Amino acid sequence: MKRVTPRATSRSATSRTAPSPDAEDTRSPGGEDTPLLRAEGLVKTHYGEGAPAHAVRGVDLSVRQGEFVAVTGPSGAGKSTLLHLLGGLQRPDSGSLWLDGECTDAYSEARWAVERRRRIGIVFQFFNLVSNLSVADNVELPALLAGLSPRQARAERELLLDELGLAGKERSMPGELSGGEQQRVALARALVNHPQLLLADEPAGSLDSKGTREVTRLLSRFHQRGQTIVLVTHDARLASAADRVISFFDGRIADDAVLDTTPARGTGISGVLELRD
Amino acid sequence: MRLPLLALLARGPAHGYELKQDLEQLLGSAYPQPNVGQIYVTLGRLEKSGLIEGEEVEQSSRPNKKIYHLTDAGREALRAWYEETADEPRVRDEFFMKLALAPRTGLADQIALINKQRREYLNTMRNLSKLAAAESRDNRISQLLIEGAMLHLQADLDWLERCQEELEELE
Ligand SMILES: Nc1ncnc2c1ncn2[C@@H]1O[C@H](COP(=O)(O)OP(=O)(O)O)[C@@H](O)[C@H]1O
Ligand SMILES: [Mg+2]
Repeated sequence: MKRVTPRATSRSATSRTAPSPDAEDTRSPGGEDTPLLRAEGLVKTHYGEGAPAHAVRGVDLSVRQGEFVAVTGPSGAGKSTLLHLLGGLQRPDSGSLWLDGECTDAYSEARWAVERRRRIGIVFQFFNLVSNLSVADNVELPALLAGLSPRQARAERELLLDELGLAGKERSMPGELSGGEQQRVALARALVNHPQLLLADEPAGSLDSKGTREVTRLLSRFHQRGQTIVLVTHDARLASAADRVISFFDGRIADDAVLDTTPARGTGISGVLELRD
Repeated sequence: MRLPLLALLARGPAHGYELKQDLEQLLGSAYPQPNVGQIYVTLGRLEKSGLIEGEEVEQSSRPNKKIYHLTDAGREALRAWYEETADEPRVRDEFFMKLALAPRTGLADQIALINKQRREYLNTMRNLSKLAAAESRDNRISQLLIEGAMLHLQADLDWLERCQEELEELE
């Protein structure tokens, strides 16, 4: 199934005046069928204090443009390590990774840092906001680093905070916000440069039920507009917002399931909702 | 169905169709609504057991309708209902028996069973999310019903994960 990526166009009214071509154009240079992300034979072992931890033990994975993929599995299964490999935060011991058809094996740290500003946005469980910067500055900073003018960065920030229900909070410091609000700021920061790929590691991991619902709703909304998302989560409710759920156990993919895309039918649901005497 | 109908009648008399509408309004579209026939059958039974009483009311152009009200016995039954706590939900026993017995039959792989069951639950979860999104946010009762179903399913999924963790170690 092909998806358009309306995000780049729908917000063109406020887009930068001198766009860098790679940041603005979210189409695949390798053609429509090139996966946005492809991994082959990824292996990563951590050598810490004790025995080596075989966190990722041979993962092949392909994520299409516009797809929303959730990775679930128990704690320690290697989900975060996998996500870090996909975002270049860690490098694999072996295996290869292609971003939009381009092999990343030879990327330097500096090159990855650039990709994480332009093509890849990341949100983490503990938000990782800069605590002594205001909400507005947290969101604008990556835009400025990516080369936007202060005026453009502010426009992008206003739009996103508005959209995420944070208008009026721009002068707050992260510590003054609830967990759910901080995660929305983190989401704004991750999306401010219109990355092709959004990576999220347990974005609802430190939120309550209501905060989880909020994050779920927002990720679904961005996905509906064409945002490609790879999400690691423990939360089945959050995972079920994805088109595809990968079950990860012990460093390997145990199952890779495409979920129903048909609208809600009675089957299965009526049973779980039935109230009995 | 019996006790919810009694509860709806606690406020005052009503006829069958009104009760159906009350229920629909309260629980929203998410709840699989009983059809009017079911409601009439249940009302008939409640009347037989003396918990409610019906009164025929003539209507000019339509057949008579029956207006029901709660009897003292009905009110007592309702009170007793509120006194007791509800049973806790049970672990999906059919699936568990399948899983536990799979190695002895040689007919199914445990991990494959878990994966299949997980897909089913995830799809149901997804449908519940859609229902929640479709249902009015203002209908708190309906939203809570869906959220309750989702949290139960979440627990089932967590439990499947535990099963998989334990059983994969054996392989
Ligand atoms: N930086 C690290 N140093 C040493 N061991 C690590 C490191 N990161 C993760 N691990 C180990 O790798 C395994 C997988 O961890 P992780 O990828 O965080 O799993 P998950 O996100 O699924 O909980 C665990 O055994 C963990 O202890
Ligand atoms: Mg993790």
